[in-house]
Amino acid sequence: MDPKTYKFDTLSLHAGYMPSKNAGSRQVPIYQTTSYMFDDVDHAAALFNLERGGHIYSRISNPTVQVLEERVAALEGGTAALATASGMSAIFLTIMTLCNAGDHVVVSSQLYGGTVNLFRLTLPKFGIKATFVKPRDTEGFKNAIQENTKCIYGELVGNPGNELMNLPEISKMAHEAGIPVVIDSTYQTPYLFKPLEHGADFVIHSLTKWMAGHGSSMAGILVEGGKFDFLKTDKFPTMTEPYEGYHGLSFAEEFGPVAFTMKARAEGMRDMGPCLSPQNAWNVLQGIETLSVRMEKHCSNALKMVEYLSNHESVAWVSHASLKDNPDYELAKKLLPKGTGSMIAFGIKGGKEAGAAFIDNVKLASHLANVGDTRTLVIHPASATHSQMDEATLKLANMSHDMIRLSVGIEDIDDIINDFEDGFRAAKKPRLVANK
Amino acid sequence: MKFKVNNKEVFASTGGRPFDKKKPLIIFIHGSGLSHITWVLQTRYFAFHGYSVLAIDLPGHGYSEGPALESIEEQGKWIADVIDSVEMEEASLVGHSQGCLVVLECASQFPDKIKSIGLMGGAGAIPMNPELLDLAEKGDPKAVDLMMDWAHGPAGHFGGHPVPGLHHINLGGSIVINGSVKNALGVDFRACDNYKNGFEAAKKIKCPAINILGDRDRMCPLKEGKKLAEHIKTSEVEIIPNCGHMILLEEAGQALEILKKFIRNNHPV
Repeated sequence: MDPKTYKFDTLSLHAGYMPSKNAGSRQVPIYQTTSYMFDDVDHAAALFNLERGGHIYSRISNPTVQVLEERVAALEGGTAALATASGMSAIFLTIMTLCNAGDHVVVSSQLYGGTVNLFRLTLPKFGIKATFVKPRDTEGFKNAIQENTKCIYGELVGNPGNELMNLPEISKMAHEAGIPVVIDSTYQTPYLFKPLEHGADFVIHSLTKWMAGHGSSMAGILVEGGKFDFLKTDKFPTMTEPYEGYHGLSFAEEFGPVAFTMKARAEGMRDMGPCLSPQNAWNVLQGIETLSVRMEKHCSNALKMVEYLSNHESVAWVSHASLKDNPDYELAKKLLPKGTGSMIAFGIKGGKEAGAAFIDNVKLASHLANVGDTRTLVIHPASATHSQMDEATLKLANMSHDMIRLSVGIEDIDDIINDFEDGFRAAKKPRLVANK
Repeated sequence: MKFKVNNKEVFASTGGRPFDKKKPLIIFIHGSGLSHITWVLQTRYFAFHGYSVLAIDLPGHGYSEGPALESIEEQGKWIADVIDSVEMEEASLVGHSQGCLVVLECASQFPDKIKSIGLMGGAGAIPMNPELLDLAEKGDPKAVDLMMDWAHGPAGHFGGHPVPGLHHINLGGSIVINGSVKNALGVDFRACDNYKNGFEAAKKIKCPAINILGDRDRMCPLKEGKKLAEHIKTSEVEIIPNCGHMILLEEAGQALEILKKFIRNNHPV
């Protein structure tokens, strides 16, 4: 006897939506509206006071966005989700809901450059400080926890160096210290990895990337796991004590496994307002429908590119956890059995100059600041996505000037390789000129 | 709030307002393995509209001290003890699933204490599937997955939670998993399976009653709910279409509207 709840591929297409509640429309309607009619004064008051569910104003929630939220919650195994205008706004919303001025977070040093700067430069302006720890330094995360630490934050596979965090171990340490773990799982998508099944308490996605796949729309999301019990620690008074903004509501007492999402929406979306447009939510839903099919192709193409690059005379090194000599190989086998993702970092012989020549001479691969598009993308992080980081931060992130970040697309693999051959051929020329 | 019942600590949500002995009391009783969280879309309304609300965690559930009580009869008596512990004379009771059995038992044993009863997804008997019962008693999380599958109707399986962003099945499952599958859910399922007094208790009910039923309920099928209602002389019946067993969440708004009307009529402020 087994449960007959819907499985991943079915949820990708159907979760969060019932045509019978939407005039029979098979496709999810785009509710392009700012606000929603109340039945009467009592109904309005009940909605504003969280006495009943429903929509008030699209900054707080929207029916099209709600479908996306439930779909991602279903795919991640979460109790609730809250979609935002971008992945960065999901991160900011999460940290601002967890932390107050004077608090501290422990953060992996290998993150998207924008996230590094959020923790390094912007959050300190709000009195929230961070300690950066190298992703492979599992004990380092524990040692960095302070009395006022409110969470551990990281990307399972760090951007752009591809180093892995040992999430199960780090989560255990965090929970022993009474704090939650927040994982940005953009690189994996729930198809490859579900952080909530490995100890994470909250998951963040930039839905702009693989989840949507089409590279047309900005979107982010926060997913709650429902297992972190705020009432079992005194570290989070804003979750557990009466909140003046809702007539003395204790979010943790009233909402339990969805308390964090309820607070992030009721307070964060109300006060900061990083709402996702219904059109972009709809666009992302179109991508999610084909998530499994795309991720399989992304991963199979990535493995072929890893083999190609590893054997190429112009390549100094390749970082991808599928390689047997990669320090994360065994951990990746355990955590990522369906594939280690389609992000590859590699060093090009000839350093920065050769890297620039390579990028300027590939034609199929797009040179841009995004990842997870269905098209193959390349960038030189040290001069672009991570250029606002100082030398010390680049070193902590294990980033070198010869590094090229590759997001493998789902084109025909032969075409990607032929394109790279053109890039490598061009990359050799500056060195030949220099040698003369 | 936390208080003592029979010298053991009990937690109950008061719906976001302080407990006030001057206001009429409504006690909400959750289903097997669950907790006060399931009632949030009903309790806050009543708490802000003139009632004192206690959405209790049964012993050994949520934040109430254990162990879980092993029979429905004990649980019914325990609800009467709750009313005494908060120094009230009477209360209306609202139950869901197993909570309905507890309501029947309490209202039949202590008729003077009970003003009215609301039953959601109830039946006069809840015999358990032997395999599900065995899994729960062994503490196997598969029991939770099966329970969540059967407990939810179309809205639970596809989506469309009344509260934007919440996921029916994962939320319900987490409430049970965050407790104890073996020591809460397993004990509850055994208590339901053992309980044979539902219809006799129902016949003794004299206070106003309402049965709120989902026509897609697979845990306590509609015909069983109707059968229970037939045994309660005073019972009204409301059937919610396309709704499974988790009426209080799947169709929280409709459930609230029905309860509002019923309680206002039978236990006015």
